[in-house]
Amino acid sequence: MANHAFPRPNMPGPQPVEATNVSAATAEQSVLLRASSGEIPDRIFKSAITSCGLAVLGVLVLIVYELVARSSLSWHAFGFHFFATSDWDPVNEKFGALPFIFGTIVSSILALIIAIPLAVGVAVFTTEMCPKKLRGPLSFFVELLAAIPSVIYGLWAIFVLVPLMSGYVEPFLAKTLGWTGMFEGPTYGIGMLAAGIILAIMIIPIISSITREVLMVVPQHQREGVLALGATRWEMIRVGVLRNARAGIVGGIILGLGRALGETMAVTMVIGNRPEIAKSLFAPGYTMASVLANEFSEATGDVYLSALIEIGLALFLVTIIVNALAQLLVWTVTRGQPARGNV
Amino acid sequence: MTGVATLTVVLVLAPLVAIFGYLVYRGIGSINWAFLTQLPKPVGETGGGMANAIVGSIFILAIASVIGVPFGVGAGIYLAEFGRNRFGSVIRFTADVLNGVPSIVIGIVAYSIVVLYQKHFSALAGGVALAIMMIPTICRTTEEMLLLVPTALREAAYGLGVPRWRTTLSIVLRTATSGVITGIMLAFARVAGETAPLLFTAFGNQFWNLRLDQPTAALPLQIFVYAISPYDEWHRLAWAGALVLIVLIVTAVAAVRYVVRRGSFGTA
Repeated sequence: MANHAFPRPNMPGPQPVEATNVSAATAEQSVLLRASSGEIPDRIFKSAITSCGLAVLGVLVLIVYELVARSSLSWHAFGFHFFATSDWDPVNEKFGALPFIFGTIVSSILALIIAIPLAVGVAVFTTEMCPKKLRGPLSFFVELLAAIPSVIYGLWAIFVLVPLMSGYVEPFLAKTLGWTGMFEGPTYGIGMLAAGIILAIMIIPIISSITREVLMVVPQHQREGVLALGATRWEMIRVGVLRNARAGIVGGIILGLGRALGETMAVTMVIGNRPEIAKSLFAPGYTMASVLANEFSEATGDVYLSALIEIGLALFLVTIIVNALAQLLVWTVTRGQPARGNV
Repeated sequence: MTGVATLTVVLVLAPLVAIFGYLVYRGIGSINWAFLTQLPKPVGETGGGMANAIVGSIFILAIASVIGVPFGVGAGIYLAEFGRNRFGSVIRFTADVLNGVPSIVIGIVAYSIVVLYQKHFSALAGGVALAIMMIPTICRTTEEMLLLVPTALREAAYGLGVPRWRTTLSIVLRTATSGVITGIMLAFARVAGETAPLLFTAFGNQFWNLRLDQPTAALPLQIFVYAISPYDEWHRLAWAGALVLIVLIVTAVAAVRYVVRRGSFGTA
C-alpha cells in the first residue's frame, strides 16, 4: 500500500523537520497543512454520511407530512365519520372508507388463516426434518416466491386461479359449507376468497423465512434435552422448539400481516373492486390499497383526492404500527438483526 | 407428523411450480425479435412489442439507483461507523419500519412531492418512488456488510496515519464491496417488479420516452394494463412481458445468492 500518498494527521512528539515547517509557515500554508491532515475532510465526510443517515429519518417524516397535509381537506369535511360510513360517491363528494377497511381486514385475515399453518410447516420441515442437503435449495425455492412481482401473481391469478375457483373450489365450498352463509352466491371466481388465497401465497415466504431464522436460533441442547426426557420427535418440536420460538414466530406472522394489508396489485386484479360489505366470501370486495390503485390517477376534485390520500394515511399508520410491533418481537429473539421478508 | 410437514412443503411449492410453468408455457411463444424491439400496436392489430416498456423500466430504475444508492450506502456507512449509539438505533428502526410501508403509499408521496410540482406524470416521479423503496434495504445490508469487516483493518489504517474518511472509503467499503453490491442488487430486484408506486407517478406511455418530465412506460405497468384488458392479443403480450420481467429478477437474485455463497460474506 502506497501509504505515503495518504495525507498524514498532525502527529505530536518529536518531529523537528515538520515542526519548523509549521512554525515558519504563513497563515495560508498552515490552513493548507491542516486541511491535508485530514481533519477538515474528516469533518466534511462525517457530516455528509450523517446527513445520509438523517435522510432515512427525513423520508419517514416527509411521508407523514405529505399524507397528513394533503388529507386535511377530507379530514375537516368528514372527521371520524370517514371511517365509519360506507358511502363512496365521488359525484356527490360523499366519502366513507368502511367498505375498504372491511375488505383489507377480511382479505388479510383470510390470508393469515391459510398461510400460517403452511408457512410454519415449511419452516419446521426445513429446520428439523429435511436432510441437510435439501435445506439450501428448499429455502431458495420458498424465497423465490417472495421475488415474484405482485403484478405477475395477479396475472397468474386472473388466468389460472380464478377459473379454478369458479369451476371447482367455489362450487365445492358452496355445497359443503354453504349453510354458514360465508360461501354462497354466484361463483364468479373473482372476489374476496380469491384475494385471500393469492395474498396467502404471497406472504408464506415472509412468515416461513422468519420462522426458519427464529427456529435456527433455538439452541441445539434444548432439542437434545427434550428428546432425552423421552419425548417423541413431534413433542420435541412442539415443546422444545416451537414454544421457545413463539415470540419470533408471532413477529413473523405480524410482518406477513403488514405485507398483506398493504399489498396492492395482485389483490386489485382479483378482488372485484366493488365497494360493498358482503357476508359471503364469494362476493367482490375492495381494499384500501386497491381503491388507491384504481382511482387515484383519475380522481377529479380536491375532496376526492384528499379522501383517497386519507385512506393512504390510514393504511400507512396501520402498517407502521403492525411492522413496528413485528420488528420489536423479532428483535427480542434475534437480538437486533432485521427481520427479513425477502431473500 | 413428518407427513404433514412434507405436505405443507408440497402445498407451498405447488403455486411456485404452477406460476413458473404457466409463465413459460404462455410466454415463451410470444417472445421474439418483434416483441423486444417494437412499440405496442393498437387494439385489433396483431404483433407489436414492449420495447418502450423495457427501455422505460431500465430508465426509471436507473433514475432510482442514481438517487437511492448513494443515500442508502451513505446511511449504511453511518450506521456501521458512527451509529453505535442511541441515534443510530433510531435510524436503524426507522429503516426497518420504512421497509414495510406499502408501496402504493410511497407512490402517493412521490406524486405529491414530484408530480404536483411538475404538473405531469413523469419518469422522475417514478424514479423517486422506487428510490425511496430502495434506501432502507440498501442501508441495512450495507451496514451488515461493513460490520463484517474486522476492526483490526480499521485500526491498522489509523495506525498508518490514514484519516477516518479515507479509511472508511478505501479500506472498509472496498473490503465489503461485494457484499454492498449484493445489497444493491437485492434492492434493485425488489423494486424492478413494483407496479403500484408507478401507477400515478410514471403512469405509462404507448410511445418512447427518455425525458425526465414525461410519462414513461414500464414493464410491470404494461403487464398490468394488458392483463386486465379484454383482448386476447394483449393477454399474450402480458404473459411474454411477465416472462421477461421474471427472468430479469430471478437472474439477479440467483446471481446474488451465488456471489454471497462463494464470497467470504456467508450470511445468506
